[in-house]
Amino acid sequence: MLKIKDLHASVEGKGILKGINLEVGAGEVHAIMGPNGSGKSTLASVIAGNETYEVTKGDIFLNGENIEDLSPEERAHNGVFLSFQYPVEIPGVSVTNFMKTAINESRKAKGLEDMPAKDMLKLIRDKSELLEIDRKFLSRSLNEGFSGGEKKRNEIFQMAMLEPKLAILDETDSGLDIDALRIVANGVNKLKSKDNAIVIITHYQRLLEYIVPDYVHVLHNGKIVKSGTKELALELEEKGYDWIKQEAAV
Amino acid sequence: MDLKDKLVSSFLAFENNVDVHNPVHDVRTEAIKNFETKGFPSKKEEGWKYTSLNSLQKIDFSIFPKKESTLEYKDVKKYFIHQIDTYKIVFVDGVFSSNLSETTHDGVDICLMSSALTKPMYKAVIDVYFNKVASKDESLTTLNTAFSREGAYIYIPKNKLPKKPIEIIHFSTGNDTALMLQPRNLVIAEENAEMQIIERHQSLTSNAVLTNSVTEIFAAKNAIVDYYKVQNDNDAASLIDNTYVDQKDGSHVKIHTFSFGGKLLRNNLNFYQNGERIDSTMKGITIIGEKQHVDHHTLVHHIEPNCESHQDYKGIFAENSTGVFNGKIIVDKIAQKTNAFQQNNNILVSDKATINTKPQLEIFADDVKCSHGCTIGQLDEEALFYLQSRGIPKKEARALLMYAFANNVLESVRIPELKVRINKLIANKLGVNLGFDL
Repeated sequence: MLKIKDLHASVEGKGILKGINLEVGAGEVHAIMGPNGSGKSTLASVIAGNETYEVTKGDIFLNGENIEDLSPEERAHNGVFLSFQYPVEIPGVSVTNFMKTAINESRKAKGLEDMPAKDMLKLIRDKSELLEIDRKFLSRSLNEGFSGGEKKRNEIFQMAMLEPKLAILDETDSGLDIDALRIVANGVNKLKSKDNAIVIITHYQRLLEYIVPDYVHVLHNGKIVKSGTKELALELEEKGYDWIKQEAAV
Repeated sequence: MDLKDKLVSSFLAFENNVDVHNPVHDVRTEAIKNFETKGFPSKKEEGWKYTSLNSLQKIDFSIFPKKESTLEYKDVKKYFIHQIDTYKIVFVDGVFSSNLSETTHDGVDICLMSSALTKPMYKAVIDVYFNKVASKDESLTTLNTAFSREGAYIYIPKNKLPKKPIEIIHFSTGNDTALMLQPRNLVIAEENAEMQIIERHQSLTSNAVLTNSVTEIFAAKNAIVDYYKVQNDNDAASLIDNTYVDQKDGSHVKIHTFSFGGKLLRNNLNFYQNGERIDSTMKGITIIGEKQHVDHHTLVHHIEPNCESHQDYKGIFAENSTGVFNGKIIVDKIAQKTNAFQQNNNILVSDKATINTKPQLEIFADDVKCSHGCTIGQLDEEALFYLQSRGIPKKEARALLMYAFANNVLESVRIPELKVRINKLIANKLGVNLGFDL
């Protein structure tokens, strides 16, 4: 599904990713953990095509295709989805209208007609139920005045609507209380299939109790310094990140 | 001959076609003298620092149309809000078009200025209102006053509400290689009267048009006037709109200005609050590109206590376009408890676009709430990436952000079909179909 080879990226000339190698197969859940400033969010943004970051070396392949030259929207059309750590507020555009635009633009890119209004409504209804989202919520301006939990739930709602092949969840657990965390995790678990893959970026192990990863990677100073199974996450939770830093320094 | 000389000498020809013994003509004679002394405003004047009329003055405009033209409704239907029934006052090259119009005298007068200025039955109203709030020394206003003869005349008596909205449309057909138009409108809402007006200027060819329009609006006690200006003309047409509003106790007057098309647009909106508990609202959306120029000059004069004014102007400037916003608020010493709000937010979409924005507050009272804010920014890159990451292409994402930026101005539009039309004009102007009905 996703193959990253020796990826280097920088922002304003400052190197942040310094040689990432990662392979994620269909049906797998990967967790990327690491201390603050290790490059986790940068990795997520670079995969999604954020032009703020410059890829200075290395390649990203999605289903065998090098996506380096694809715009963020083309990556989305190819099945990449990024759940933002800080979803942007867009006053004046309702959640519903935003989703209609997003879905129909993706369909247009695939040479399909707009989704009939009836089907769109049904899809929105089904997916909002999955995330336990109130109907009134959908007519509100996108993310405007949403609580932290509402924003994250709305991100996963968008994921449910767009049905990506590769979903990257960037700190989706931050700002969530335990009930919201359960709802979000439940939604993600229902969306998981043998055909898609999920990359969870997180600082804490908490979310991983609900969405169980097949693999855990530790990012430090722009590199993956350790990979393992879900037990590694527990170890990190217990011991913190210092031992990883020390190990990496040796 | 330059345009000023041409206009002044045309006044003699004009006098051959109007009743010079009518007292109205004394007003015209005074006005042409003022224009002759002052001429066109130049960039040396503070109020015209960023808007030059020089290139327009080099065009050899016809002051009167050479021949009359007629238009068929089916050919110009799209310029009307044809989804709803409206009264219509329509002019073609400055001349009233009876076949396109629907006027009325059924309890209200929705008809022609030419009748109001000449027929004895309107004399009493004309004596009280004509040229009473319009400036007597601003040169372009006096130029219009000098040639005032035709336009819309709307008189809504006490407690009346016309059955439907009123559309005022000025078409120009290009029969003259260049035509100058000077419509003069008089709008009177007596006590408790209410009305909605949609005004549009539309050139149908690429020949040059310059419109210098004056509208006087009188809102008596508790009257409500909603005035919508749809400015989406082609790039050979320029408009100078001079609107003067006189408000009495408890009246509400709202003017929405939607500026998308035209070569040069100058809106001078002047509100005078001659009473208490008055609400004056001005809102605008400007979306322009290429070499277009839009200048909004607003004035609210708070003369009495306990009144409010609200201004909210949004501007989006692309390519080499230029914009001006100058919002003047005067609060007299006795106008205590005034609430005056002014907001002007702008987005520059290109490196070559320019906006000059200036709040100008002159406050002489000490117990008032006045706020103003101007912003000039670019589209938020993070928001753009967010939309793109959901599969919305960059062009559409930009358009969606621009639409989102401007659209709260539309919330106060009270004619749903007009709101739909404005949304379509915005989508067209942004060059997108956003997959949902804007």
